Amino acid sequence: MSANLINMLLEATLQTLYMVAISGALGTIFGLPIGVYLAVSQRGELLSSPAVNKVLGLVVNATRSVPFIILVVAIIPFTRLIAGTSIGTTAAIVPLTIAAVPFIARLVENAIREVDSGLIEAARAMGATPLQIIRKVLIPEALPGITLGLTLAAVSLIGYSAMVGAVGGEGLGDLGIRYGYQRFMPEVMLAVVVILIVLVQLVQSLGEGLARLVDKRAPRNRGR
Amino acid sequence: MAETQTTGAAISFAALGKSFEKKGSGQVMALEDVSLEVPAGTITGIIGRSGAGKSTLLRMVNGLEQPTTGSVTVAGHDVGRASAAELRHIHRDVGMIFQHFNLLSSRTVYGNVALPLEIAGVPSAEIKPRVDDLIARVGLEELSRRYPAELSGGQKQRVGIARALATRPKVLLSDEATSALDPETTQTVLKLLADINRDLGLTILLITHEMAVVRDIASHVAVIDGGRIVEQGTTYDVFAEPKHPTTRSFLSGITGVTLPSFIADRLQPERPQGAAQEVIRITFAGQHATDPMLAMLTSELGIAVNILAGAIEEIGPHPFGNLLVSVEAGRGAEARAYLERHALLTEVLGYVG
Repeated sequence: MSANLINMLLEATLQTLYMVAISGALGTIFGLPIGVYLAVSQRGELLSSPAVNKVLGLVVNATRSVPFIILVVAIIPFTRLIAGTSIGTTAAIVPLTIAAVPFIARLVENAIREVDSGLIEAARAMGATPLQIIRKVLIPEALPGITLGLTLAAVSLIGYSAMVGAVGGEGLGDLGIRYGYQRFMPEVMLAVVVILIVLVQLVQSLGEGLARLVDKRAPRNRGR
Repeated sequence: MAETQTTGAAISFAALGKSFEKKGSGQVMALEDVSLEVPAGTITGIIGRSGAGKSTLLRMVNGLEQPTTGSVTVAGHDVGRASAAELRHIHRDVGMIFQHFNLLSSRTVYGNVALPLEIAGVPSAEIKPRVDDLIARVGLEELSRRYPAELSGGQKQRVGIARALATRPKVLLSDEATSALDPETTQTVLKLLADINRDLGLTILLITHEMAVVRDIASHVAVIDGGRIVEQGTTYDVFAEPKHPTTRSFLSGITGVTLPSFIADRLQPERPQGAAQEVIRITFAGQHATDPMLAMLTSELGIAVNILAGAIEEIGPHPFGNLLVSVEAGRGAEARAYLERHALLTEVLGYVG
């Protein structure tokens, strides 16, 4: 493999990491509060508001129903508005983020709903406000689940990022299509697939390690 | 029982009612016309079966549930009508412990005990000495950096108790706090509660379905059944002279005084024709020794007594006994009159033909 190709692979890897990192971070910033709200606004919960919950749930579901590749082209005007251009790696972050937000919101919602309702009752008995309960009880207790959810989201984003080549997003997927497939260079395709496998493995292991670190629910293996 | 007036009550329930909307079946009454005074500084037990409404009653004391009718007053505040500021006072004045401990798994023992102080906005410099002090009080100094998952049930409940005491409350609510613990651990936790009650003058209101818990630490008791209080008084009076069938069935569960099944199965409420035995429960307290009494029954009146079951319990400092006997039905009334004259309580349970 030529030095040129290796450079291209390296650059594409960095582009993929850039897109996944930024869209993952933005997706978390927006998705986390939405997910928390989806969990606490259910009927009978902390901030019970069934009507708002229903509408928000519908919006989240609708966004998640659109196939990613369609989402990418459908929101081109919006992408241009936000990123100033609809082409390139930075522009690709817009559809990636929009896909990540509802996905992360649902994962966070599930993690929050797993928290034992007895803990909420105990906090209410202490006179905690809903915001205190969210910050001091729900999020810390749901953290292992949230961490695993974000890991899942990051892996999905690596997959999605391969499709943004359609709008000039570049990255590993795009390289694989253009060189590996269109120019019939199987060694490039192979290299792209291997790098993606390694990336996904790394992200998964890192996420699981972090989740274990924050999970205090099972006793440590002390001094065995 | 000596009626405690409102001035001496830490908690008072006045004509309290609670109904829930239930889909399909309309209104469901959980509590009806409950009036109860919890004297300050006492340990008061509310005993009832699951679904009797005792949990709902307890949760109204700190505003986790709102009454439909009537009112709950805690340390002078009407909980249902309290302003936000008053509610903050109430939450600081009322600690609560739970059957399943409800500790945060993500926080250490120290972090769990600190939580109510953080919530109350106590400056962090004041939190540490206070938390260390509380952890020492419940005897967990060695474990303050451990997480709940690393503790035994009894240790977890100690953390729960330390946490409930963090804001120096006047009242401690206990929601079946020992029901998930083994008998030995239950005893140590009950002892800790009794110590706290004595040392801090804290009023403890506990709900339970175990009469043994009431017997061991409560000075006052209320029996709740079907959303109503069917009996209340000092524990000693209620144990010595239970009036309501629910109370009796709770008591028979712990006194070990139940009829042997070969008699229970044949027991009938009316005296049958012909030869029959009358089954009597004799309750005795304090200095009254029964054995000579039964012997005298035989020697003075010539009435033969069969002993069926019996046990002696302790309620606080008082010994307290229960005896099931049978005598010839024709002379039952005579025997009971004799025993009552000697300050024993009797009750006819039925007849065996």
